[in-house]
Amino acid sequence: MTSTPSPATGLVGRANFPHRHLLGIANLAPHEIRFLLDEAEQWATLNRTATRKHDDRLAGLTQMNAFFEASTRTLLSFEVAGKRLGADVVNMHATQSSVKKGETLIDTAVTLNSMRADVIVIRHMSSGAVQLIADKVDCPVLNAGDGRHEHPTQALLDALTIRRRKGGFEGLIVTICGDILHSRVARSNMLCLTALGAQVRVCAPPTLMPPAVERYRVTPYSDFNAALEGADVVMMLRLQNERMDGGFIPSAREFHMLYGLTPERLKRAKEDAIIMHPGPMNRGVEITSGVADHAERSAITEQVEMGVAVRMACLDVLTRRDRGVPAWA
Amino acid sequence: MGLTAIVNGRVCNPESATLTEGTVLVHGDTIEAVGQVDFPEDARIVDAGGMLVAPGIIDLGVFKTDKPAFHFAGITRAALMPDQSPVLDDPGLVQHAARAGKPDFWVHPLGAATRGLEGRELAEMALMKAAGARAIATGREWIADSGVMLRVLRYASALDLTVVTHGEDGGLAGNAVATDGETASRLGLPSAPACAEAIAIARDIALARETGARLHIRLVTTAAGFDLVRAAKAQCLPVSCGVSPAYLFLNDQAVTDFRTFARLSPPLRDERDRQAAIAAVADGTVDVLCSGHDPRGPEDKRLPFADAAPGLAGAETLLPLALNLVRDGKIGETRMMALLAANPAKILGLDAGRLAPGAPADLILIDPDVPWIVDSNKMAAAAGNTPFDKLPVQGRARMMMKGGVIR
Repeated sequence: MTSTPSPATGLVGRANFPHRHLLGIANLAPHEIRFLLDEAEQWATLNRTATRKHDDRLAGLTQMNAFFEASTRTLLSFEVAGKRLGADVVNMHATQSSVKKGETLIDTAVTLNSMRADVIVIRHMSSGAVQLIADKVDCPVLNAGDGRHEHPTQALLDALTIRRRKGGFEGLIVTICGDILHSRVARSNMLCLTALGAQVRVCAPPTLMPPAVERYRVTPYSDFNAALEGADVVMMLRLQNERMDGGFIPSAREFHMLYGLTPERLKRAKEDAIIMHPGPMNRGVEITSGVADHAERSAITEQVEMGVAVRMACLDVLTRRDRGVPAWA
Repeated sequence: MGLTAIVNGRVCNPESATLTEGTVLVHGDTIEAVGQVDFPEDARIVDAGGMLVAPGIIDLGVFKTDKPAFHFAGITRAALMPDQSPVLDDPGLVQHAARAGKPDFWVHPLGAATRGLEGRELAEMALMKAAGARAIATGREWIADSGVMLRVLRYASALDLTVVTHGEDGGLAGNAVATDGETASRLGLPSAPACAEAIAIARDIALARETGARLHIRLVTTAAGFDLVRAAKAQCLPVSCGVSPAYLFLNDQAVTDFRTFARLSPPLRDERDRQAAIAAVADGTVDVLCSGHDPRGPEDKRLPFADAAPGLAGAETLLPLALNLVRDGKIGETRMMALLAANPAKILGLDAGRLAPGAPADLILIDPDVPWIVDSNKMAAAAGNTPFDKLPVQGRARMMMKGGVIR
């Protein structure tokens, strides 16, 4: 590790990223976001080109993934990221833990801390839960999604995907469509993309739009066709089944008629617009297979790929202080 | 029975809206005379040293009988909400709750309007009244079924009991823990529009008009809610309302960083509504300042925001924050004591809350200027869940007399 200034920030060492935890995008300055994206590039290259995708800088460190809410891809992504960096990765699922027996979140946090985790990755169904745990443990904490609040690594991997495809963010029009109200992915992306200079449009049925969303410096739409006009990036969000039963929208088929991304509708966006989706997709609801699997324009598999790279970067950067990396300790 | 003369005080009688320098002469458990009075030499003398002599605070709507906190706060009586475990919906439970504080503190239970506060079947209001219930309350929820609410009001009206309601439409409030707005959206908290309050109040006022029942809305927190109460009062309807200092001195930004001590029910509102609440206190729309005292330990509060219990330990900050209103020139001292004592007494049908011959000797000495800092780790309350932690304040009760005895 050198102490030359980072190209993204011009800063040296810990000044690039002075945070103990990664709890949300809201706490990050634009240059700190760019720093993490730059750090992730090397891992994207390694993951793509090397036969043995291994770097042992986290060797001997214990990474605990505490997932209080079901997840397949995010958990897998964090596990792969940790293992590629040589960490000992342990997974805790709420379904098989004492959380079900009524142990409080704080007690669980203290337990994880007592096992001397070196970095903890947490997903929880309640907004603010990850911050609560971060306040109680001695090691860096990564938020892997808390309630409707934030999902910072998802926003970072989305930003990295966009940057690699589009070269930058200035003047870029990004349309995010779906259940914005209940989406932490949307919240983190609104913060991240506006911080990086993109023009963000959010589109949802009025029942699934958060109050005062314009305070994020984004433009709200309820008409998907208008929101797509001239877009460079179209990011579709997953609509959860329990929202489709008449509580928030009348039906999946009506949602598809108004907000489904079809090849026909996509023509309103720029010709080279890319398609993104954090997954898992409801094919035929918010997105049709023709769009999702489009060879040139769909960036959905690349998002998954960048997810591992971004998480490797976050795990590396957050543990530098404790690993005694020069200029970070 | 001995005589006690409290001399050299500024005697505040909210009932007559007078503030006079003089003496309060107490005989046994009753006030005998007020003003420039002669008293025998063997009377015990308490020198008020220029402090405010005021009726003991009557706190309308607390969730726990927390005597150390009430003693610190100058609260001599409190109306206990029926939201207890078990719910105060039974005369035996009401009687037990009423006895809990005596003799140095009086609890006036509010009987549950419906069995189990479930909003379906009328509770035994007459039996609870006989057991000591001073009013009927819907608890920390509104009664969703307007037909049930109509019958509650009719029935309570015939018993001459005020109905204390919670002004939040349950359908809109749902599982919300914050008011719609930027803060709630950024934190990703379930939120409800502030009009949930006006809708509930409008319905309850309409039903009060229909039934002639006395309605007290325990906490009004929005501009639209105050407008409705103001209009009802202009029509001489028997409608009153209260507010707690949290809604006067905090807005919804207080929940930033998921501060569960600021998780209240109703939730904190935006700045415009906060200003409206202060205006409503100043213009006389508000009748009662209450603490909503609800001490909650870490097991209820050290949780993710939406999972935490609502409520704050408000007793100790009630008086100093009320004094803030006086210092800000929003209200005078006699109006403050009307909000803290005389009006709650009237709503509960108590002979208390005044400093006049014949009134019970429940009084406090208030040092309005003494500075102190609110510290959640050092509170007298059963728990330190105050959103005002580390706030410098001024004023506190220096002495409390309950039933003629200095406590």
